[in-house]
Amino acid sequence: MAAKKTRILIAKPGLDGHDRGAKFIARALRDEGYEVIYTGIRQTPEAIVQTAIQEDVDFVGLSLLSGAHNELFPRVVDLLAASGAGDIVVFGGGIIPEQDIPFLKNKGVAAIFGPGTTTRQIIEFLESPRESS
Amino acid sequence: MPKEIRKQKEEWERCIVEPLLGLHPERMQTFITGSDKPVERLYLPEGNCEEEYLEKLGFPGRYPYTRGVQPTMYRGRLWTMRQYAGFGTAEESNRRYRYLLEQGQTGLSVAFDLPTQIGYDSDDPRAEGEVGKVGVAIDTLRDVEILFEAIPLDKISTSMTINAPAAILLAMYIAVAEKQGVGKEKLRGTIQNDILKEYVARGTYIFPPEPSLRLITDVFAYCSREVPLWNTISISGYHIREAGSDASQEVAFTLANGIEYVRAAIRAQLDVDEFAGRLSFFFNAHNDLLEEVAKFRAARRIWARIMKERFQATDPKSMMLRFHTQTGGSTLTAQQPDNNIVRVAIQALAAVLGGTQSLHTNSREEALALPAEESVRLALRTQQILAFESGVTSTVDPLAGSYYLEALTDRIELEVWQYIDRIEALGGMIPSILKGYVQKQIQEAAFRTQKDIERGERVVVGINKFRMDEEKPQNLLRVDPAVHRLQIEKLSRVKESRSASRVRAALEKLREGAKQDGVNLLPPILEAVKEYATLGEICQLLREEFGEHRETIVL
Amino acid sequence: MDLVTEVRRGNLRAIARTISLIEDLEPEAEGLVDALYPYTGRSRILGVTGSPGAGKSSLVDRLITLERQRGRKVAVIAVDPSSPFSGGAILGDRLRMQTHATDPGVFIRSMASRGFLGGIAAATGDVIKVLDAAGYQSIFIETIGVGQTEIKIVELSDIVLLVLMPGAGDEIQAMKAGVMEIGDIFVINKKDLPGADKLLAEVEYVLSFKNSVQTAGREAEYPEGYNPILMTSAVHEDGIEQLREAIECYAGQIESSGKLAEKRRLRLERELLGILNRKVHELMDVHIEVSKQLPGWAERLYRRDALPYTLINEQIRDFLKERTGD
Repeated sequence: MAAKKTRILIAKPGLDGHDRGAKFIARALRDEGYEVIYTGIRQTPEAIVQTAIQEDVDFVGLSLLSGAHNELFPRVVDLLAASGAGDIVVFGGGIIPEQDIPFLKNKGVAAIFGPGTTTRQIIEFLESPRESS
Repeated sequence: MPKEIRKQKEEWERCIVEPLLGLHPERMQTFITGSDKPVERLYLPEGNCEEEYLEKLGFPGRYPYTRGVQPTMYRGRLWTMRQYAGFGTAEESNRRYRYLLEQGQTGLSVAFDLPTQIGYDSDDPRAEGEVGKVGVAIDTLRDVEILFEAIPLDKISTSMTINAPAAILLAMYIAVAEKQGVGKEKLRGTIQNDILKEYVARGTYIFPPEPSLRLITDVFAYCSREVPLWNTISISGYHIREAGSDASQEVAFTLANGIEYVRAAIRAQLDVDEFAGRLSFFFNAHNDLLEEVAKFRAARRIWARIMKERFQATDPKSMMLRFHTQTGGSTLTAQQPDNNIVRVAIQALAAVLGGTQSLHTNSREEALALPAEESVRLALRTQQILAFESGVTSTVDPLAGSYYLEALTDRIELEVWQYIDRIEALGGMIPSILKGYVQKQIQEAAFRTQKDIERGERVVVGINKFRMDEEKPQNLLRVDPAVHRLQIEKLSRVKESRSASRVRAALEKLREGAKQDGVNLLPPILEAVKEYATLGEICQLLREEFGEHRETIVL
Repeated sequence: MDLVTEVRRGNLRAIARTISLIEDLEPEAEGLVDALYPYTGRSRILGVTGSPGAGKSSLVDRLITLERQRGRKVAVIAVDPSSPFSGGAILGDRLRMQTHATDPGVFIRSMASRGFLGGIAAATGDVIKVLDAAGYQSIFIETIGVGQTEIKIVELSDIVLLVLMPGAGDEIQAMKAGVMEIGDIFVINKKDLPGADKLLAEVEYVLSFKNSVQTAGREAEYPEGYNPILMTSAVHEDGIEQLREAIECYAGQIESSGKLAEKRRLRLERELLGILNRKVHELMDVHIEVSKQLPGWAERLYRRDALPYTLINEQIRDFLKERTGD
């Protein structure tokens, strides 16, 4: 068994308590061989960033269904950059209207996975080679 | 199964079915319900018909209420058409409520934003990005006054989807009614007030279980005396189903929560018949039409028996399971949103055939955003067409006697009792939640369902079958980000114009009451909201006295 | 960045990256551990183990609060098993400690067992050194105590807290004797659940072959050489202060009696042995590729075409010949 593993933080920023999707993704990624750190609901962007740094994750996946994504996702990206961890890749999922995706990508969110996304699509994203930032 | 029928069934299978299967096999190896349970080819009468009928079905409006809680059901009165709505500021929501009432909606249903549901004011840093997004932002009594502007509270029943701070919102509603000159004894409505399901399926809890139950039983006691027409709780299975449970689990965990609430009220020295008549329930209407109808009927039969045998209720009202239904949000797709209109119609039909007392139908774009006016109007029309054109309201419990339906009803009932027994063995619902038993069941079912969908074994039209390229939907409703700023301004104006000393005094009185066990907190909360204490101030005080609940169960 | 300097300065990113290098078995890891070694030795290492659901993380969460109130920096290593099927893992222990996520004086790291050769204990031991050198005065290692691997992890600690809870039935039996043996302080958590007293009696019985005493007083007074037993409820924040005091008291005792120094020396012996075994294995592996050859060897043995010791001795002889031939 290879020692090196890809580590992913799955986090729910803000007050939204709907965690069915986040829990499913965490489990599905585990089944694909990833190490998933899951921190539960009601995480502030600050806590998410500190967690990402301490756990030295490669990716942070943010799940949000309450419509606060335009405020909270960029906040996580900015805080990561400010802490010298801008190389950690941030992606998001939940209820996010198509119209908001360009804005979020502009703010540094690498990908958004809306309703109907399959595990396969997320795996493909995680495994695709990335330009070093 | 009666002997002759069984004999002929076997002969039919041998001589007619088997040969046919050789030429035309069935479409699938096994057919399953929406909850992964097997469905037989044909259902036939089982057992001794007359005795069984009287024991298990009986008559609507009579124990065990399987066929309905009222004798005439929709022949007497249609279900309440109650569309859940709320977003942005109280002004905007008020406009949407008045629109819906004009369009023929018969009751209000208020959606609150997450900061309100979790007891934070709009100016709290934790409210960042959330103000007004999933519901209306309420910080003080002032917002509630605006929310019900020009809406006569003596003529309208209002359901408020609020849980941890339910007592506070109820107090605000009472205060607004008072200002309209409407006495509390006239008020009709519901507060969801169901904290147990928050811990396992919805996440908007604040305090730990014990003090939360205290607040809930305070509401029971206060309303039984002061607000007798009010439904003090809406024990919910909707969210449990949305979190991924199957139909039997939905009923089982809801009724187990119900048992816990009844126990808590009895511990608080309330007599069961004093409050039980005002308990109400809230279920999901999911995809599998017949399984859902069976589910509702099973739920009624089981609850009636629980109330009669376990709690010795004597008032028939205490044994009647009255419920609101919402069509299942998680069944809707972002792809090909028009399909959702059809899904909702079928789900609404299930709720009506199942005898619901009130109904919310989702709108076409709800997998993407809160609904636009036209969409919610169409959802309302769906109910109106069902009510006035479909004919299913002309008789009570029309599907009764269907062999399949009765078999489903019996099977669900059996499974529900098994879950309830298991939970009792664990010590009741609270230990079951703290141990993670309930969450585990839900998560396992959710995981299985999603895997089935990804493998294509469970078809979702437009997602894993009949897909197409499509234009992205336009003109989705967006909550104006200015709401946050507006709310903060409004809040500071209210704080300026209120009497700081009277607020302090009222809060101190509340704190004293919270520290003691036997004090009903509704009166001090009512006093505090009348002085325009904010929701955040009251909840912060209660957080200090009661503590905060923290999630402990992972996966 | 110069990781050694940055780790010593307490740079969180540097600490995290160094831990990853150790976990990933990167070649630089050895040099880093050695470079940091001189700065270690000041931390108190507490192993926390017990059956799943006993409330270990919640207990650690409360202890962190108390430590922080006294101005001590705290680190936590939470170990969870990797899936034997996929090799992945869900690491969720920190969920119960997340209130400390933004406290700069608290460092929490989740580690998966990853099926390391020689067990995860080796990596954990090195991670402890990094956190020690970074200035964390208390380091908690949290793991489920149900097997040999977990015992190895717990042997890395100065003091072992064994956490039990009532109502888990025949749990004491299920706990291998080894685990009960190495416990220093026994905690019965969720003491408000029925069966707490029964469990206490069971624990006292099992420990009656050692010296133990239940202690719940304000001061953790108990005779030296005794194992304290405490009743707590992490959720209700009950008994935690007493637990902290018991830990302090116990730590003081093993320090002054020299038992701690002895324990640490023994630990270092085990560690060196581990490194030696691993290195030798690695060395042979370069030449022989053990894992590739193993199935073939086993097949020959299965067919009775070879003899076990002869086969291995041959391999070693060939390897040594090659080496001296270099």
